[in-house]
Amino acid sequence: MNVFDIVGPVMIGPSSSHTAGAVRIGKIAGALLGNAPVSAHIFLHGSFAKTYKGHGTDKALVAGIMGMTPSDTRIRQSLELAKEQGITVVFEKAELEGAHPNTAVITLKDAQGRTVTVRGASVGGGNIVISEINGMKVDITGQQTTLLILHHDVPGVIAHVTNYIASQGVNIGNFKLSRTQRGETALMTIEVDGEFSKESNKGIETMPDVIQSIILQPS
Amino acid sequence: MGIYYSIENLVAAALSENKKISQIVLTEQAHELEKTEEELYHIMRESFLVMQQSVVEGTAPDMRSVSGLTGGNAYKMKCAVDSNKNLCGKVFGNALVRALAVSESNACMGRIVAAPTAGSCGIIPAALLSIMEDRSLNEHDVIMALFTSSAFGMVIANNASISGAEGGCQAECGSASAMAAAALTELAGGTPQMAAHACAIALQNILGLVCDPVAGLVEVPCVNRNAMGVANAFVGAELALAGIESVIPADEVIVAMKRVGDAMPNALKETSEGGLASTPTGKRLKKEIFGEV
Repeated sequence: MNVFDIVGPVMIGPSSSHTAGAVRIGKIAGALLGNAPVSAHIFLHGSFAKTYKGHGTDKALVAGIMGMTPSDTRIRQSLELAKEQGITVVFEKAELEGAHPNTAVITLKDAQGRTVTVRGASVGGGNIVISEINGMKVDITGQQTTLLILHHDVPGVIAHVTNYIASQGVNIGNFKLSRTQRGETALMTIEVDGEFSKESNKGIETMPDVIQSIILQPS
Repeated sequence: MGIYYSIENLVAAALSENKKISQIVLTEQAHELEKTEEELYHIMRESFLVMQQSVVEGTAPDMRSVSGLTGGNAYKMKCAVDSNKNLCGKVFGNALVRALAVSESNACMGRIVAAPTAGSCGIIPAALLSIMEDRSLNEHDVIMALFTSSAFGMVIANNASISGAEGGCQAECGSASAMAAAALTELAGGTPQMAAHACAIALQNILGLVCDPVAGLVEVPCVNRNAMGVANAFVGAELALAGIESVIPADEVIVAMKRVGDAMPNALKETSEGGLASTPTGKRLKKEIFGEV
């Protein structure tokens, strides 16, 4: 905790959890898609589902998807802006077993038909936790630079990646592995201290058995 | 050093170095965050500018929240003060205007600084900008006072809570009020000990304050509670600056706040199931805004 956690952040109101946190969830979904989305399907659960209109959660999520930060004054007009940019947005209420009361499940699609589905919760004070990406369990808070590395689940890949990160002089703060089935595809979630450049990331993407590597900047 | 774990430590550090609390905090944080004091000051200044702007935006006559529940109170108050019709003079009147303005700006999806939260965002700006205007203070001293208020807030966060869901409105408007009281005291030339008493007095006045938002939105009674919060901040600072001391030390008041919060039923902690939220009007408004829930 530091002074800027107490006097701060600068944000669009009205609520750290239902507005600012929602922007951050949307922003991660947008970053994971990579390209501009043409459609967004958003399921809202719990308190999000009940109060989204009054708290502007819908505007906040869409604003984040379009790349805005929690302090962007355009958040108020995000739904209109999305329409202008040709993004179809659908909101639906859902009952998700055991989910945090402020949970959203966002599915984005780009012009090439690529999709990404992200499940995240706004846990208070503007903090978020992304718990699932494309069906794979993750645990991302977005406070540190995070690498998401999709790879074939074969021996040596993890060692190769982590050794490479070390060779770049970067320290790993957290590591999590998620896999659908042994021997199929797996996802490494690696939080690193400090920064990780796009060039360094290319080094990971070009490794054998690595399918995709995404850097999530802290947001 | 533990200066963010007890008011006693915070005050002792200021006294031992014969510096203002704000300077102690700035130096310590620069060390902790591995940045220069100038860089941290600049970051805080950005927040200060947003606070100023949010006052301007919130006093517009046509403010209206998405729900329609709030908007326009700051404007009404401003009209009363500007036409010399209010009770307590310009300084206090304008403090109320500012608190209402920032809080309404928040409710209308304006840009604000959470201090410590969005729900209580009007209190510290109102207190500091009002004394700044009244005493023609330069922005440097006011921005430094934000570091003081922040430090008091950290002690509260570390020992109690700054979240309505955990401690009721004690934790949000109450904390903001106490943080503002300490900052006002420093700005008015009070000692670190006085700032601690101001914090203690402000905080003890709001023990038991519940979080009962109508329709679950950060609007009613949140906007008007921000006005109460700045008033209470001035109470704390005024009494402390006059040499009045809190019999119960600030650190013990903070723990008392925590215990009261723990004893509060969930219905009164940001679930909109009690207090004003469950009044006939409160329930009717919830139905009107959200349909059958």
